[in-house]
Amino acid sequence: MPRKGILVDSPYERLTREQVELIHQASMQILTDPGLISFNREAVDILHSHGAAVESIAGDHQSWRVKISEQLVLSAMNSAPKTVKLGARNPDNTLIMHGDEPKVYLITGSETNIWLDIDFPTYVNKTDPTKEIRVPQFKPRRGTVDDLCQSAHVCEHLEMVDGYIRTVNIQDRDITEDNKDVNKFFASLNNNTKHFMSGLTSLKQLDNVVRMAELIVGGKNALEDNPIISFITCLVKSPLQFVDDTTETFIEVCRRGLPIVVSSSPQAGTTAPIKEAGIMAQINAEVLAGITLGQLVKPGAPVLYGSVPVRARMDTLGDSYGSVETSQYNIDCVQMAHFYRLPNYSTSGVCDSKIPGQQSSIERLFSDILVTMSGPQFLHCAFGLLDCNSVFCLLQAVLDDAHFKMIEFFLQQPRIDQPELEAMLKQIREVVATPQKLYISYIRPVLRSGEISGVYPFEGTSEADDVFDLAYERMKELLARPVEHIDRETTARIFEEIPGILPRLNIYESRN
Amino acid sequence: MSRDIITTIKENVIQGRKTQGDVGIDDSFAGTPGVVELTQQALESNISPQVIITQAFTAGMQVVGEKFSTKEYFIPDMLASAEAVGAAMDIMKPVLESANVETKGKFAIATVKGDIHDIGKNIVAILLKGAGYEVHDLGVDVPEETVVKFVKEKKPGYLGLSALLTTTMTEMGVVIKALEENKLRSSVKVLIGGAAASEVFSQEIGADAYCVDAFEAVKVLDAFQESQA
Repeated sequence: MPRKGILVDSPYERLTREQVELIHQASMQILTDPGLISFNREAVDILHSHGAAVESIAGDHQSWRVKISEQLVLSAMNSAPKTVKLGARNPDNTLIMHGDEPKVYLITGSETNIWLDIDFPTYVNKTDPTKEIRVPQFKPRRGTVDDLCQSAHVCEHLEMVDGYIRTVNIQDRDITEDNKDVNKFFASLNNNTKHFMSGLTSLKQLDNVVRMAELIVGGKNALEDNPIISFITCLVKSPLQFVDDTTETFIEVCRRGLPIVVSSSPQAGTTAPIKEAGIMAQINAEVLAGITLGQLVKPGAPVLYGSVPVRARMDTLGDSYGSVETSQYNIDCVQMAHFYRLPNYSTSGVCDSKIPGQQSSIERLFSDILVTMSGPQFLHCAFGLLDCNSVFCLLQAVLDDAHFKMIEFFLQQPRIDQPELEAMLKQIREVVATPQKLYISYIRPVLRSGEISGVYPFEGTSEADDVFDLAYERMKELLARPVEHIDRETTARIFEEIPGILPRLNIYESRN
Repeated sequence: MSRDIITTIKENVIQGRKTQGDVGIDDSFAGTPGVVELTQQALESNISPQVIITQAFTAGMQVVGEKFSTKEYFIPDMLASAEAVGAAMDIMKPVLESANVETKGKFAIATVKGDIHDIGKNIVAILLKGAGYEVHDLGVDVPEETVVKFVKEKKPGYLGLSALLTTTMTEMGVVIKALEENKLRSSVKVLIGGAAASEVFSQEIGADAYCVDAFEAVKVLDAFQESQA
């Protein structure tokens, strides 16, 4: 049984059907004029062999201009699967995504460099020393592999998290470019039984991480049936460029038939037009070019239409994920993916705020609610992320889980039908006939059935705001709960066959 | 037999099951007799009303209160239990009167003149009845003459006044003044409550206590009881 996700029966749409088609047509024009610049030779050869016009560009770096016809794009769209399965160590955590079904799965990520520790120092009132208050203090530091284990552990227990994208870049002294991938895959898979998605630091490690997954699920065929890992590549650098190394990774993953996200992240104002029509036409062209390439590599390769559009901040020209327009672009992209009936990887919840607090809550909830309502299948909703994509805070992830619980409840379909209304009319007549005229006794049959939304889980008992305190307690409680690690025998085989995994990650050996 | 039925009544109080048709928290109680039917059985078995009240009703309500304070129970649970006990007290009334067993005290409650809001007042009435008080609900939009007349004739030990509106809260002071003028003030403890009321206002108009909610009303009355014991 796959995870249930959040089914959005009537997705929120910003664009009319005519506007969607206009964007599609504009994207098709972009792919032939000006076309894409590819820095990857193999991609050029593949596209050229299927009829794309190619010309070499003079300059320091070897590159080619590639013009992809609408016919080639549409043919690729036909072979791209409309349903993609993302497996999991625990089969109950499988994700099944249909491009024409707006059922939303909520996923963590992306990878941040900074881990935010929390402490609660006590402050004493200067004028009245009998009055004390505990105030959260956030301390940033470089992320480590232990942090990644903790994050995966807590996300295993967060009810609303459907899948796990690594949340923190591991920067321990004994982590190198050569062993980073195997360690981030093992740390995540060993502490979380949900689907795991990641980028690759080094293509040389692709065989090792795929072998690790095969050992966990029981072989190559088992991995095909239950793809517990998937990949994300930013093969496109906006505007309209195939990057050499990520395109190479993309081609290799497609060749192996493993699920992969074709992701593009243009920034309106700098790497894409500031106007909505412009960034939409461009990002759609970029994603379609990637999907086309993937389908030419291996027809039927499972790909997700990935979109991470963002608006530029006007004061720094950095990303402004908290801007209102960022949510607009993301919702537009969901509509475009629905148009092509492809499962969509979308983005919400990334905020500009540097620490948990009011700004963080407002920014992330704004986009979390709206983008979820548009019905993307795979919503990378930035559990715990702060300061755009650079900081991860476990406490924030715990808060996000509670907020998504509220969003899930809100998106339930109304239960209004004839039998229900008849029951309510009976109830109204009964209560009006009583002296007290209260409906309270009718609450009990539904009180514990899930039909009534819960109290905010971090509500304090006094007038003080205890949200952080209570969420911190919850975080510690989740960390204390056990997780189902990879079994001893499989762990031994992984350590035997796959080089570079840190010995301290072997829980069986380190316990001995 | 006696202990078994008393235990079962107590369990049904905790479940908040007034009658056989009521749902409780635990599905295993479905279709079994509720507090009313069990109390009837207990009386027919000649079990002492005082045993029923102390070992089943009061002990059960105490558990309910504990569960409420630990947030396992919510107000609808608390009210269901109180309503179950209140209904059982109604069928025990003739037995109590013939045995000269007194209730915890007589409590009158009213929403004052000009105000028709009664949710809080009704909840207070249900909870106090469930806590063992004899409750007289005078209704809403009650003028001071009606309250004075009731106090004079029925002699309640406690009077609860409720007002939701800032425009009607002053009527609570009018009632207290009328009680003073009729030399009845010392015979009755006056508790006030409602969204418009406050501790400060309670002191200004000379009430005996301000109750922030219905549970506070039970605590305040129980505290008055203990101080008089």
